Amino acid sequence: MKLDSKIPSGPLSEKWDNHKFKCKLVNPANKRKYDVIIVGTGLAGASAAASLAELGYNVKTFCFQDSPRRAHSIAAQGGINAAKNYRNDGDSVYRLFYDTVKGGDYRAREANVHRLAQVSVNIIDQCVAQGVPFAREYGGLLDNRSFGGAQVSRTFYAKGQTGQQLLLGAYSAMNRMIGEGKIKSYTRHEMLEVVMVDGQARGIIARDLITGEIERHSAHAVVLATGGYGNVFYLTTYARGSNATAIWRAHKKGAYFGNPCFTQIHPTCIPVSGDHQSKLTLMSESLRNDGRIWVPKQKGDPRKPVDIPEGERDYYLERRYPSFGNLVPRDIASRAAKDMCDKGFGVGNTGLAVYLDFSDVIKRTGEKAVEAKYGNLFDMYKQITGENPYKTPMMIYPAVHYTMGGLWVDYNLMTTVPGLYACGEANFSDHGANRLGASALMQGLADGYFVLPYTIGDYLSDVERTPIANDSPEFMDAEQKVKDRLQKLLNIKGKKTVHEFHRELGLLMWNHCGMGRTAEGLTAGIEKIKKLRADFWENLMVPGGEQELNQNLEKAGRVADYLELGELMMVDALNRNESCGGHFREEYQTPENEARRDDEGYAYVAAWEYKGDNQPHELHKEDLVFESVKLTQRSYK
Amino acid sequence: MSGNMNLTLKVWRQKNAKESGRFETYAAKGVSPDMSFLEMLDVVNEDLSKTGIDPIAFDHDCREGICGTCSMYINGRAHGPVKGVTACQLHMRSFADGETIIIEPWRAAAFPVIRDLIVDRQAFEKIQQAGGFVSVNTGSTPDANSIPVSKVNADEAFNSAACIGCGACVAACKNSSAMLFLSAKVSQYALLPQGRVEAKKRVKDMLKVHDDAGFGACTNTEACEAECPKGISVSNIARLNREYAAAMLVGE
Amino acid sequence: MTNLFEFLNSSVGKKWLMALTGLFLSLFLIVHVSGNLALFKDDGGLAFNQYTVFMTTFPPIKVISYLLYATIIIHAINGFYLVAKNMKARPVKYEAKKNNTGTTWASRNMGILGTILLIFIATHLIHFWYEYKFGEMDWKTYVVEATTDNILKEEVITAADAKAQHLKPATMDYMGNKIIICKDLYGVVATAFKDPLVVAFYVISMLGLSYHLLHGFQSAFQTLSIRGKNYQGLIKGIGTFVFAIIIPALFAAMPIYFLTR
Repeated sequence: MKLDSKIPSGPLSEKWDNHKFKCKLVNPANKRKYDVIIVGTGLAGASAAASLAELGYNVKTFCFQDSPRRAHSIAAQGGINAAKNYRNDGDSVYRLFYDTVKGGDYRAREANVHRLAQVSVNIIDQCVAQGVPFAREYGGLLDNRSFGGAQVSRTFYAKGQTGQQLLLGAYSAMNRMIGEGKIKSYTRHEMLEVVMVDGQARGIIARDLITGEIERHSAHAVVLATGGYGNVFYLTTYARGSNATAIWRAHKKGAYFGNPCFTQIHPTCIPVSGDHQSKLTLMSESLRNDGRIWVPKQKGDPRKPVDIPEGERDYYLERRYPSFGNLVPRDIASRAAKDMCDKGFGVGNTGLAVYLDFSDVIKRTGEKAVEAKYGNLFDMYKQITGENPYKTPMMIYPAVHYTMGGLWVDYNLMTTVPGLYACGEANFSDHGANRLGASALMQGLADGYFVLPYTIGDYLSDVERTPIANDSPEFMDAEQKVKDRLQKLLNIKGKKTVHEFHRELGLLMWNHCGMGRTAEGLTAGIEKIKKLRADFWENLMVPGGEQELNQNLEKAGRVADYLELGELMMVDALNRNESCGGHFREEYQTPENEARRDDEGYAYVAAWEYKGDNQPHELHKEDLVFESVKLTQRSYK
Repeated sequence: MSGNMNLTLKVWRQKNAKESGRFETYAAKGVSPDMSFLEMLDVVNEDLSKTGIDPIAFDHDCREGICGTCSMYINGRAHGPVKGVTACQLHMRSFADGETIIIEPWRAAAFPVIRDLIVDRQAFEKIQQAGGFVSVNTGSTPDANSIPVSKVNADEAFNSAACIGCGACVAACKNSSAMLFLSAKVSQYALLPQGRVEAKKRVKDMLKVHDDAGFGACTNTEACEAECPKGISVSNIARLNREYAAAMLVGE
Repeated sequence: MTNLFEFLNSSVGKKWLMALTGLFLSLFLIVHVSGNLALFKDDGGLAFNQYTVFMTTFPPIKVISYLLYATIIIHAINGFYLVAKNMKARPVKYEAKKNNTGTTWASRNMGILGTILLIFIATHLIHFWYEYKFGEMDWKTYVVEATTDNILKEEVITAADAKAQHLKPATMDYMGNKIIICKDLYGVVATAFKDPLVVAFYVISMLGLSYHLLHGFQSAFQTLSIRGKNYQGLIKGIGTFVFAIIIPALFAAMPIYFLTR
């Protein structure tokens, strides 16, 4: 199948407006005859659910958590970008667009990113109207800060809990529609299969996680907003429940997977403390506004950080990137930290950490001022590590945090399966090879509030308005397959727990497909993951049964999917013979150890088609055409 | 195993909502003080799985104290002995070697046990659905800066909105009252001009659902504030009392 | 009206009812304790007995007293209802001993304290109020010098005599002096408090009152949402010193005074 991105023609700044006009409409009286299933209730899913229900569609939402409010969007700390230019500092839609394309290392679609920048301003209006308590100035107007290396102040925030407040806003809009009966919310439900009827997505099979019952749900369209797949790496900043099952099931039903190797490693996380560790905790990027990152000049310096004199410290980011300093984008900051640790300058017990030091700003502005700005983050650090960051530098290390890759979607956010949409982090997204800070919240809400409600109508207007039966052979067949798979997992009755497999997989992925990748490492990794997968299906042990709440069974299904997805990530990484954004192939770097892109060979989206179990994926390329932006080497020097 | 603490756990086990439960005692050996409480349970669960015992089911997700999923009553306190944190942020260094730890689910008529330490918090959802929102459709909004909001009110609204909906207030309250949860939501909107328009209807509808769900009434013991991992203040409850009386008794 | 009904039926409305009735009862305590200070006057009970006459005959006070009885009943019934509802809200209790962080003992035991007070009030009313209204008790005649208020003479009229004479409380002028005739409640009080068991019961009850008010007074303000940084301390201060210490202490001092006199 040839990929058609459906990018509208015309000048960049008019594409979205023209497209909206051309989108076919569904008569208001007919909207209630259409059912839409939305899987995942984070920023993208909740905002889409509320908006579609407001328009009149019948919406069913599914989430594995006990409430939509607990989706992992809740954990985003820093803020949300919008080209409001409230600060009069030269921001504009075009500048936000430009920064995002450049920040993504020119591996995103221009038209999508421009649309994102355009609707960013509406998002803020929407959220404020919902009662989201953004930070304000004494004059009563909204406050902004500069974030994640942006040179304008375009980030709106609510202390260090912006994601929480935005999600609660979208959740409140959802609640209103649930109250009005326009949304039926299924919590503690996990989607386990997409159901296709006549080549179109027409429903899902879901498991009630309390009773274990398998349910068939039909609809005229299915939206996946299930977030990223970073948990392939085991130790990440993701929630423990975040998983790839929905998108991976969809992929196996024909949805191409875009750029699976593009993962973001966040530079400021609390380092690993031991092998019992279940997750890594992110410290907001805003800490880099005032904290200075350094390692001792002397390898393995045994002294306490406070005892190391100024002259014997290497503020390596400030040294290597004098103009951006500690505020370089995430991929660069992460890689630099890894680089220093690989060279033996790392600190802490494991040698896998660098210092983030606040002594200068404490000296300059006082402990009170620092506390006002970062108090909650400092407390969190202290609670986790038992160390006081006011007195001694924090230790940080990069951790997997976000996946830019995801289901390939066209301009309408539809996957290669008709009637199946993906939005938010679940799609291969507008961030290219690297996402800028405060852009994830923006994209999730843009997709859900302002893009999908238009584009889904264009599709539904051509779909018959009769209800979709959920007892057709297709549904019964899909249901049976889901049941068989669960039984298969339970019947292995091996010796290793699912957590052991997951941990093993994570380590494998981190070592072979982490911050630095090589053809050799990836090739070896692919062989190892195949072995691990075989071992999984022979040696897995899942306690408990199917007809009950069984957290190990839930997890087993997810890890089974990771074991396949992980391989595809490595295949993609191996295919992409260049370094760009979060994807760093050690063979392709400049003499200064910076990423070397290959725009001739790889300015495309790699969209992978599933061809059957244990069959090689087929690569489809969507060439990226840059009409407005000139491709340059990203420089933050 | 990475640590040297040995603990005894007394854990509530209950197969499902219908069956009755009981306490079981397990040993947690080789616990590291750097583990979080949930990581300690992970380790215990791995051991249980390998000895053919069903692992302890407990709710958890983000493991960084913001999603509000984890919900357990540890040694007589919601989220355990440390103030201002959730169970996932509680670390084993807060316990003494050799200690016996009693772990129970939230106890409230409105929060029935689903399995082991997992309770059903749908009652919170219903309260929110009754009025925890501003009735605004997507797209029909004025410019964000067209309505100034005093910083004091905006900050106060944020403090109320910081509730994570974990239910610790209900668990800690001797009356299993959800007044702190309810009042935090009511306050957030009461403090903002966007929320004032439908303030009366909101507080009326939300309180009705609260009472009908089987939560108790507030008797101002302030246990909720003391145990709230986000430090939500009981001043929200005072505001709720005012809002509700005004909604019911003053004008229409 | 439906709104008022719904309000009173809600958990918040019931709190308002507790708060308003509670504060009204607290106000009454001030009046009661002030009036009863007359017990400490060494005048053969004249001041106290006159005060009781005033309290039982002055029409506005009579009206208020009925309001007071109603308030006590409402406060008690509403309180019992809330306790029952709140106990129902937690059918399965916790195994671990509750830590009770951040709460006071009084706040957790208002139901028990209230019950003690209700028993006390009932006993107290039977002791004195019922006795005064319906019982047969001695009367007293005082002859008071009109210009100086010095008592020139006092005389007990036995209950039987009083009944035979159909006595009514009265004040008469007689040759530049006043003759005052009234029931001798003071005498009843003085006799009752010679019994150490009665005194102990009163003192313990006042301890209950102290704790009840320690939480109740400031809790009422929280319920009525009279709360603010500037006067939170003041409310707690008054609740603690005036209502939880001074008033119960004065009340408790009365039986002790008669026991030790």
